[in-house]
Amino acid sequence: MVTKIEKDEISGTPTTGHEWDGIRELNTPLPRWWLYTFYGTVIWGLAYTIAYPAWPLLNSATPGILGWSSRGALEEQVTAARAAQQANLDKIAAMSVDDILKDPQLLAFAQAGGAAAFKVNCVQCHGSGAAGGVGYPNLNDDDWLWGGTPDALYTTLRNGIRYTANADTRDSQMPSFGADAILTPEQIDDVANYAFSLSGGKADAAKVEAGKSVFAENCASCHGEDGKGGRDFGAPNLTDGIWLYGGSLDQVKAQIVKPRMGVMPAWSHRLDDATIKELAVYVHSLGGGEAAGATTQ
Amino acid sequence: MVELINRLGGDTQDVDHHEAEAVNKAQNRSLYASRVAIHPKTVHGTFRRLKWILLVVLLSIYYVSPWLRWTRPGDAPDQAILIDLANRRFYFFFIEIWPQEFYYVAGLLIMAGVGLFLVTSLFGRAWCGYACPQTVWTDLYVWVESRIEGDRNARIKLDAAPWSLSKLSRRAAKLAIWLLIAVATGGFWVFYFADAPTLLRELVTGDAPSTAYFTIAILTATTFTFAGFMREQVCTYMCPWPRIQGAMLDEDSLIVTYNAWRGEPRMAGRKKAEAQGQRLGDCVDCNACVAVCPMGIDIRDGNQLECINCALCIDACNAVMDKVGKPRGLINYTTARIYAENAAGQHGHWTWRRLLRPRTLIYFSLWAAVGLFMLFTLVHRSQLDVNVVPDRNPLFVTLSDGAVRNGYTVKILNKRQEQRVFRLGIEGLPGASMEMVGDSDTRARSFDITVPPDRLRAVKIYVTTGDPEVLEDDRRNFHFQLEELGAAGEPERARYDAIFHAPGEKE
Repeated sequence: MVTKIEKDEISGTPTTGHEWDGIRELNTPLPRWWLYTFYGTVIWGLAYTIAYPAWPLLNSATPGILGWSSRGALEEQVTAARAAQQANLDKIAAMSVDDILKDPQLLAFAQAGGAAAFKVNCVQCHGSGAAGGVGYPNLNDDDWLWGGTPDALYTTLRNGIRYTANADTRDSQMPSFGADAILTPEQIDDVANYAFSLSGGKADAAKVEAGKSVFAENCASCHGEDGKGGRDFGAPNLTDGIWLYGGSLDQVKAQIVKPRMGVMPAWSHRLDDATIKELAVYVHSLGGGEAAGATTQ
Repeated sequence: MVELINRLGGDTQDVDHHEAEAVNKAQNRSLYASRVAIHPKTVHGTFRRLKWILLVVLLSIYYVSPWLRWTRPGDAPDQAILIDLANRRFYFFFIEIWPQEFYYVAGLLIMAGVGLFLVTSLFGRAWCGYACPQTVWTDLYVWVESRIEGDRNARIKLDAAPWSLSKLSRRAAKLAIWLLIAVATGGFWVFYFADAPTLLRELVTGDAPSTAYFTIAILTATTFTFAGFMREQVCTYMCPWPRIQGAMLDEDSLIVTYNAWRGEPRMAGRKKAEAQGQRLGDCVDCNACVAVCPMGIDIRDGNQLECINCALCIDACNAVMDKVGKPRGLINYTTARIYAENAAGQHGHWTWRRLLRPRTLIYFSLWAAVGLFMLFTLVHRSQLDVNVVPDRNPLFVTLSDGAVRNGYTVKILNKRQEQRVFRLGIEGLPGASMEMVGDSDTRARSFDITVPPDRLRAVKIYVTTGDPEVLEDDRRNFHFQLEELGAAGEPERARYDAIFHAPGEKE
């Protein structure tokens, strides 16, 4: 089909043949620079798909002749970052946590590294702000089950708590006084009231008095005669305002009947020593860390 | 008819007539045309001299500024004007600007904008004609061109001539010098961003950062093409400023104008026509104004977008008017209003009073107000700043003794070039004590913090209180107080309002 190309009378430019209300659209050619730029981008685009991974195949995509991959690029960056940090990491691996805390430059480095490692490995239980939750200790406060000195934190991180795969893990077991019928329900009620009163909770005075002897016979060996706990067994201080499994009378009682006991992995199996030390530094600097050599209760 | 007389009549007047046609003549413009080279003729006169002076002054400022030294104490750089991107500081003689004070730069930009409005409403496109880098560098390039290839006619001839050894050598020499200027332009730009002597040494030895070489390469390329080959196209097609002129100019702005009421009807061969008793205008149609125009326009077409108001046609025309014994100013700086008055037969002329108009006064007061405000804040700005970022996760921590602890990151900015000690305290929080991470484990009411010169120091502060009244609220306002210790004069102080979070009343 031969179409006659109409030309606009005034400009002499061919029209597209489309007409709206007597107005014809001019078929003005594209500017040359624009056209060449367009051709350029087409060539660039094709060359790009040859040089880089692009065309989808059944199971993968064409790899590109430059051999570039996003995974490889990331690996390079990680390797470069590791290399840049290596000097500091070597120093940290060779020092004690306490000495790292005394070196301002290493402290800042370890805090940043510890914060990053914490976000990957620890937040699942302890929360992103390390504030924990019911059953998961708050690491910001000054209450420590197994000790808050740099060394104690390091040991806990390395060996875990009740983590059976590690021979040196921190371990202790609280008997199920109710479930295993070691104490009668009345005794449990009494001793719960007594324990509750230790931190200033409002308890039944008669039961408190009765629970006192039950406590001395059954609990004091771990929690101490004054109820202040014992860090050798990870026995919590019952006289302070912090309760890991809840601070109401019912929650205290439930913990005596069938206690729940937390488990923490031993990180020496999964993280290198420098990272564990960085984590110890980070947790120590959250505000509740105790000075080295602080007396254990 | 006029044309016929021109040709037949011959030229008896003592005036050079140029074989010049306006390249960008209004009637020749189509939607697309490839560029026809413009060869502006060298001109002498008042405005040309003014432009040469401005060219020397502006280029000197550009090339000399980064080499000015200004001694500053301590580690601070000794360069008078320096944009230190790596350390995020801007130095201008005695002024040092931190990134968070960037509003000074915003203020300068506002001043530049309003100043441009002011100058434009007063003098039209004075910026375009005299100060714009595109104009200045193009002028420089054209000057180089005319020194090597000769003036307008010689250049046109050389353009048309077939390639020969002499043409090749001239072209090569011209391009080489252009390139040299371009490299120097790009080369000096980078000196504003680093210590100039050090960077120059590094550039020569090849140790300079690749960014420097890259910047120089880009600016060399743009200078070379913009000033060497694109020239008027940059102004006409790339620059938005000419388009904004319509809104900026009014009937009282001074613009380069051909006074058609005086010049028309124009005619070249005049004797015969005069003998025939024809009424003739002052324009002898010598095309001198067209030959000198760097934009390739004919000013006699009226005010137009392409005209950068460089006033070279005024110089050219005045020289011709002197020669033919007519008063100067056939082409001059005048306003649309004066033009209309003259065209209507009244005798309008320009006086300085015409500069004082509501519009220009408003622009000027705006410009001055922004300037004075900036100056005031600059002189009175604090050399100490404090920011407090509270811990948001967790908001608060209950301690074993029942007290509640909040964490804050306190950032202290010491903008002086000397080390200073500040006492950080808290006010308005009963029973509160502070701990500072890394400094001391003891609780205290205040800490003395040393901040290095010209630096920010961030310290982690834990605030603890067991006061039952505070713990009843879920939030309580208090503030951090910072006071300079051992100051020579009046100690600087700063405070920052903060919030203490607590569990609130228990159910």
